[in-house]
Amino acid sequence: MRLLVDAQVTRGSFALDVSFAVEAGETVALLGPNGAGKSTVLRVLAGLLALDGGRIEVVGEGGGVTLWDEPASDTFVPPERRGIGVVFQDYALFPNLSVLENVAFGLRARGIRASSARATALGLLDRVGLGERAHNRPDQLSGGQAQRVALARALAVEPSVLLLDEPLAALDALTRAEVRSDLRRQLAAFPGVRLIVTHDPVDAYALADRVVVLEQGSVAQTGTLDEVTMHPRSRYVADLVGLNLLAGEMRAGVLHLPNGTQVVAADSALSGPAFVAVTPQSVALHRREPEGSARNVWSGTVTDLDRRADRVRVRVTGTVPLVAEITPAALIALDLAVGQTVWISVKATEIIGYPA
Amino acid sequence: MTRRRVGQSRPPTLALLLAGLAVAFFALPFVGILWRMPWSRVGSVLGDQAVREALRVSLETSVLAAVVSLALGVPLAWVLAQFDFPGRSIVRALSTLSMVLPPVVGGVALFFSFGRRGLFGQYLDRWFGIRLPFTTAGVVVAQVFVAMPFLVLTVEAALRQVDPRFGDAARTLGGSRWTVFRRVTLPAVRPALIAGLVLSWARALGEFGATITFAGNLPGRTQTMPLATYLALESDPESALVLSLALIAVSFAVLLGLRDRWLGAPSGRTSVAAP
Amino acid sequence: MSAARPRRVFGLLGLALGLVVGMSACSTKRVTIDTDPDAPITVFAASSLTGAFGVIGTAYTAAYPDAKVEFSVGASSELVAQINQGAPADVFASADGESMGRLEPGTNGAPENFATNRLQIIVAPGNPKGIIGLADLARADVVFVSAAPQVPIGRYTQQVLAAAGVIAAPKSLEANVKGIVNKVVLGEADAGIVYVTDVLAAGSKALGVDIPGPVNVVATYPIAVPAASKHPDAAARFVAFVRSPAGQAILARFGFGRP
Repeated sequence: MRLLVDAQVTRGSFALDVSFAVEAGETVALLGPNGAGKSTVLRVLAGLLALDGGRIEVVGEGGGVTLWDEPASDTFVPPERRGIGVVFQDYALFPNLSVLENVAFGLRARGIRASSARATALGLLDRVGLGERAHNRPDQLSGGQAQRVALARALAVEPSVLLLDEPLAALDALTRAEVRSDLRRQLAAFPGVRLIVTHDPVDAYALADRVVVLEQGSVAQTGTLDEVTMHPRSRYVADLVGLNLLAGEMRAGVLHLPNGTQVVAADSALSGPAFVAVTPQSVALHRREPEGSARNVWSGTVTDLDRRADRVRVRVTGTVPLVAEITPAALIALDLAVGQTVWISVKATEIIGYPA
Repeated sequence: MTRRRVGQSRPPTLALLLAGLAVAFFALPFVGILWRMPWSRVGSVLGDQAVREALRVSLETSVLAAVVSLALGVPLAWVLAQFDFPGRSIVRALSTLSMVLPPVVGGVALFFSFGRRGLFGQYLDRWFGIRLPFTTAGVVVAQVFVAMPFLVLTVEAALRQVDPRFGDAARTLGGSRWTVFRRVTLPAVRPALIAGLVLSWARALGEFGATITFAGNLPGRTQTMPLATYLALESDPESALVLSLALIAVSFAVLLGLRDRWLGAPSGRTSVAAP
Repeated sequence: MSAARPRRVFGLLGLALGLVVGMSACSTKRVTIDTDPDAPITVFAASSLTGAFGVIGTAYTAAYPDAKVEFSVGASSELVAQINQGAPADVFASADGESMGRLEPGTNGAPENFATNRLQIIVAPGNPKGIIGLADLARADVVFVSAAPQVPIGRYTQQVLAAAGVIAAPKSLEANVKGIVNKVVLGEADAGIVYVTDVLAAGSKALGVDIPGPVNVVATYPIAVPAASKHPDAAARFVAFVRSPAGQAILARFGFGRP
């Protein structure tokens, strides 16, 4: 089974236009900054928001296609008939119902008798170790417990697609790590399509097999985590994984940036539009123009000094804006300050291009 | 979960003094009534057939008015709170207009609309033979007109506080709009609903101007306690005091019975507790 | 703790309460009598006198340019209650002797009658229900409204109907004459019994049907200066003006009869 998404939504000045697919048995993380349209995608998939264009369909095991939403053919399946389970941000547990009633809600809404719905719900709670808490109110639960209840509630109706909206955002750092591994285990046990919306790359790393990076309403990049982290295709992703990203035209082993600057690369096989990812560790800083073998040398101005535990990140703007990572000792030796002019150099062997 | 009661020790002196003045301002008129109360006559006045009739009419009509306000006001509040449609602010202003309208003017306005010659009233009369003025139903109409805004305002404010994600969650779980409303939204606004119901009932019980204008004053049919009290004031002020006492006693008993449990409770908790 | 120092809290509340009670108790009246005949006066008049007294007021200030008159109108029974509660009335013009008699602590000199009023059946313009007499008020297709027996007009209506031997069930017992007039003018009621002056005041919006003299009631209007008046001389001059030929002529124009 796979979920095929080709969604266009316009809300005021915001336009969303994304396409991606999720296979049963894999977990895909929808990663992006705030306002990228992640929640809109989730609402569209859940049926809480209708498409303006495109289509959402589910292809079954036997190849049968179920259309969920297609404005062109005036098709729209309401949320309750999509077979989805949603874990909302902050979990949205019904405050006036007990934990048990929360989990049993979906079953009862489907017309299952109260007593058998409660029995099923109790079984689900027992499985996540919260049988004892069945008769508590949601506000008596810890964040981690609430997360498990929300998941149990979503899974109670045996959905084929599970959607999770920032499932860990409501938790503090300590609980988060704990719940994350627990959630990973539970997701693995769910055989259907799994989609997580998150702005946190750590969550994506921990929970997802594949990521779909969303920026300003469109898909910036998709791929496995390794692909995305090694070959970022947008400034956002590069920032997320801590890489410098240069984009330009590769010709005969030289990357031509849009401003005309030339960056010499390691190999000459690639040609055409290309990206180059530069690790901050490979960017060297100098007070004077360096002499030697480095061919990629530019001057720039220090605009930011970000001191971390045992590293300092130096942001340099100029013809080629780059972030360099140096040791605190080097910072003292170089006597750097914001506003200072510095020289940066990168060895050609560190410049590895990949097609845009 | 522990709740620390920060800043709940003792109110500042100035606030206390002003609050005391406010309490005195509310309490003194009642003290005044009790002070002048002809206690020896209480039994005979309340035993009077006309008074018992007025009390009956008052209780029947005000309860009915509160129920009608509930039946019409809750859907109105829901529509106003949940749906953004053109002219919503106009509709909201319109549905609370009768709160600021002098009740007598409201009564005349009811004549123009539901009266025998009114915009709609003439058809009610011609097609169904229904005439509202001078009937008990007319009293209820007048009361609903002035009382419903209290319910709509209270319930709408509470409905706006309800996290829309509860509705979303319920729908993804397969709940119909009705299920969502009944099992999620309504329980969340229950305190506000009860407060609104009581407020509108109390307003209906005390209604005078619109009632005497639109429904007239006929003992046993349209004469409510406020009307009887007003008329008694002109001929027999002592019995008017007794009637007021009866009205106050009934209202106070109900308000006290509901207490803070219903009227002061916060509406709709929305957040999940931190661990 | 939430229950901290309850005694202090109640003490302060009590203090505030005491303050209010004290303030109200301190306002004992100091009566000063103003003998200036041009002193501003307040006239409490029955609502049926509204129109006539407005004109009389204008004529009075034309005759005495330095005088000032203000009017407060309402049902006579209501006005008495207000005066007895301390409302500053210099003149009281009542629609009935009974209300005048309830004035406390009485009047400066005996009240004097200054006008009379008769009753008429008030109907809609054009008299659509064809009401020609008291008997029509008992008709099933006629919506008849009256006033509560506490109100003078309600009492008079009972007397008139009893004298004519008509048993008519009113649909409503209004709190005052204006209530009856309004219901007929607005078309909700077909007929009611009101003062001749009320029908006249309604102008083209209503029509009067005469009630035969023998069964009709003549209401007599007394006027007096309440004993509590602070401007008794100015008030007495106004009363004299009302009873003068000039005042009587104005009253006649509004449909009032001579006492």
